[in-house]
Amino acid sequence: MTDMTVQNHDHEATMGDYFALLKPRVMSLVVFTALVGLLVAPTPVHPVIGFIGILCIAVGAGASGALNMWWDADIDAIMKRTINRPIPSGRVQPGEALGIGATLSCFAIVLLALASNFLAAGLLAFTIFFYAVVYSMWLKRSTPQNIVIGGAAGAFPPMIGWAVATGSVTVESVLMFALIFMWTPPHFWALALFVKSDYGRAGVPMLTETHGRDATRKHIIVYTVLLVPVAIGLGLTSIGGPVYLAVSLALNAWFLKGAFDIWKRDDAAADADNYLTERKVFKVSLFYLFGHFVALLVEAALRTPMAGG
Amino acid sequence: MALRVEHEIHTRRKGRNFGVLGLLIGFVGLVFALTVVKVTELGDAAKFEKFDHVARPAIIPDQDSEVSE
Repeated sequence: MTDMTVQNHDHEATMGDYFALLKPRVMSLVVFTALVGLLVAPTPVHPVIGFIGILCIAVGAGASGALNMWWDADIDAIMKRTINRPIPSGRVQPGEALGIGATLSCFAIVLLALASNFLAAGLLAFTIFFYAVVYSMWLKRSTPQNIVIGGAAGAFPPMIGWAVATGSVTVESVLMFALIFMWTPPHFWALALFVKSDYGRAGVPMLTETHGRDATRKHIIVYTVLLVPVAIGLGLTSIGGPVYLAVSLALNAWFLKGAFDIWKRDDAAADADNYLTERKVFKVSLFYLFGHFVALLVEAALRTPMAGG
Repeated sequence: MALRVEHEIHTRRKGRNFGVLGLLIGFVGLVFALTVVKVTELGDAAKFEKFDHVARPAIIPDQDSEVSE
């Protein structure tokens, strides 16, 4: 008997395709902020527990990325920026992404609960739910404020890192959350101004397209002004200090100046110099967040010898 | 007759299989390391015996002596 089954193997994915589902670039920011949250906490953590904690947070973030790609496969196939993602390009089947996302989510939450505590695991579970369900399935396609509320998902990692170490949620971890939460909208909208996106074609309401580019410029300055007290306020808590405050003052002045410049000009002026100011402010926003978290690390390092001696 | 044609798909699958192997070994290592840390953090090995599912008369407080008193 000669039975032959001809199978089409074109869709068989490599390990790299599965890894791409986890959005490695987003994951790197998550790892960095979660690590800072863990290291600046007043309670020392065993290195192995700390490593497993950060790994679980990273895997949880990756899993929510996979769930997001599974849900958004239809619009990812329309937009130029996302058309090469594993699902729209045909390298990974949607069902595989769903399976990987769901499995890794459970793995990360359970292991985090076993390694650290239930609060940290609960916060991770809520973060995954928030990104995959509240942001991806609900807000992203229904409101131009999607990026504002969706930004909360990216703001949780330092709070989870802090919870891994201390087992609690305190004013310090809430302000670290608030810092990223308030920073996300001006950061993203500065990018939206100079990147020609095709969100409109995909039916995703973005502020630049629903309310116009001038309204987006106003939103950037408003959110940046609201961000300042949060960033400075973090410096007045137990994890802040003179170094953090000095860095924060300088970075806030820099970012505010940029947001003010964006607000003061219009698209005609921006077109003339190929969105030079907007590009610059986007870069400043990256330095802004990185600088604040590095300053927190420096403050923690300065406190360590005193605690030991 | 054995088929010995090497197809590109075999290389791809091989990479994936080794990837899964690496992840599994990593996972075992992770759970082992976590167990070691959790046990050593107890400070006292006798405490660890309490997690055993087998009855250990040696770690049960001596009630006979309390009764006789």
